[in-house]
Amino acid sequence: MNTGITWRAGTAAILLAAAAVFPLLFTNPLVTNYGVYALIFAGAATAWNLFSGFSGYISLGHAVFFGSGAYTVGIAAKDWHVSGVAVFGLLPLAAAVGAAIAVPFGLVALRVRRHTFIVITIAVFFIFQLMAYNLSFTGGSTGVSAPFLNWQAATYNNPFYYLALVILVVTMGLAWLIRRSRFGLQLRAIRDDEDRARGLGVRPMRVKLAAFTISAVVTGLLGGLWFYYLTQVQPPSGFDAQFDLSVALMTFLGGFGSISGPVLGAVLIEPGQQYLTSRFTNGYVSEILLGALFLLVVLFLPRGVIPTAAERVTAWRAARAAHAPDPLPADAADGAVAGSGAAVSAGAEGRPR
Amino acid sequence: MTALLRADGLAKAFGGVQALQGCTIEVDEGSVTGLIGPNGSGKTTLFNVMTGYERVDAGDVFLGGRKITNSPPDRVFALGVGRTFQLTRIFARLTVLENMLVPAPRRSAAGRRSLPGAKRAAPPDRQRAMELLDFVGIAGHAAALAGTLSYGQRKLLELAYVLIAEPAVILLDEPAGGVNPSLINHIAGRIRELNAGGTTFLIVEHNMEFVMGLCERVTVMDSGSVVASGPPDIIRTDPRVLDAYLGGSLEDEDDVTAG
Repeated sequence: MNTGITWRAGTAAILLAAAAVFPLLFTNPLVTNYGVYALIFAGAATAWNLFSGFSGYISLGHAVFFGSGAYTVGIAAKDWHVSGVAVFGLLPLAAAVGAAIAVPFGLVALRVRRHTFIVITIAVFFIFQLMAYNLSFTGGSTGVSAPFLNWQAATYNNPFYYLALVILVVTMGLAWLIRRSRFGLQLRAIRDDEDRARGLGVRPMRVKLAAFTISAVVTGLLGGLWFYYLTQVQPPSGFDAQFDLSVALMTFLGGFGSISGPVLGAVLIEPGQQYLTSRFTNGYVSEILLGALFLLVVLFLPRGVIPTAAERVTAWRAARAAHAPDPLPADAADGAVAGSGAAVSAGAEGRPR
Repeated sequence: MTALLRADGLAKAFGGVQALQGCTIEVDEGSVTGLIGPNGSGKTTLFNVMTGYERVDAGDVFLGGRKITNSPPDRVFALGVGRTFQLTRIFARLTVLENMLVPAPRRSAAGRRSLPGAKRAAPPDRQRAMELLDFVGIAGHAAALAGTLSYGQRKLLELAYVLIAEPAVILLDEPAGGVNPSLINHIAGRIRELNAGGTTFLIVEHNMEFVMGLCERVTVMDSGSVVASGPPDIIRTDPRVLDAYLGGSLEDEDDVTAG
């Protein structure tokens, strides 16, 4: 087990170092642009997974937080005449608005179970998109815009890249800590059997709402960052149904409920999506492919790349161990579980990380 | 002896079906009480309303003199009533050890009279969890996903994670149902040990040998109310009981649908 942890920590350090030097090696803004988007979506998928992946409640309304974060900083910068690098000081406001929306949203939506919850999140999403079109302070269909920062074009993307990277790393650390904590255990217990967890003293509403709010804070923050990167937001781009589908697909592809899965999913999908969107300006090509990929993942790789790969490795190790001369101890209480030793090791190491 | 858990005139209907009707039952502190009756007599419904999983239409539930009628399940558990389910409900995608760490510590509400035997407990820790897994005999599976356990092992895990919060009274719904004979003896032995340590039990079970051997008092339900209650020897020969339940063979009630 210890070698496993060392191996994982080493891999994480190498990947982090690679991500840190990426903009220095690939200086073309067209390339770093892909990096910025990949990191923003990796962060958003990690935040989404922190709630949906751990609790099993699929939210298709997280664009509410993303769009609200974007609108918040856009409107605040305009109304308070904040410009230049100082605009980044408004990002905590985007996070706070995410939380302020998540609490009432969660109190309503989290009263119902799984499938009904999904429908409610979609409904709330459309309410927010409609509000963005129709409220006076959101600028209707033209939305909100801000002047570009007066940075050099060649390195314009880099500050956004590193800020998104920091947010991603912090969010992953948070997800890792939550997963190991009692709070995370309660979330995963709710995912398996909410009523049973309740009968063991777990208070599901508190636990679910806390995770929902933490997830919304990060998503709102990323929405704010995304706004400054694009310097504009309109109702269909801020409150984008494709955002909801994308973060869900990225997480399912990489590994629902795991720590590294959503990041892997985002890094695999987002650059492709960006490329298709820029290549085919009519847009729907990437949407069709996204939908098709969603179907394929759900049908053929429902648990995601990382858990499935971990399972293969465990099965391979177990098969190798089976050839070892020393037999596994038979410790089943009623002696009814054949091969329980293999099951034990599968449980210990095959869990999604 | 005083009643630790008491249900008084409970009524509960599901649509046109009267599952409980004027149901009154007392579980003495420190006792092992059996609850028997034909399928559909309301035993599981009684468990559900006493632990907050269903709301009652009428009547009250008391725990050590405190009214807990219609309290939500998390509160009932926190006050010291643990339960297991007829069809085991473990957290299949958590490891066995993680399952043990889910239960919240039992608390005695500040400023109120605490229940007999109640004490403030710290959140469950790994060492205590391993001790209890060892106690029920599945410590060797601590790192396995709970979903890989056999049916009997799941029963033991369910008992173990209820125990970790040190409830004052434990409601067991068919602990011996679908379990092999040697494991049944193992479970009975554990219940005796816990009872000797002061834990009160209310047990729904169709296995008559198990009930009659373990319980000092047996309550018989039929059609949503209690028809008899007393020591096993008396219950065995009570004509009302024979009529309601024991008339046929004692061992033919082994299905697993809701009782």
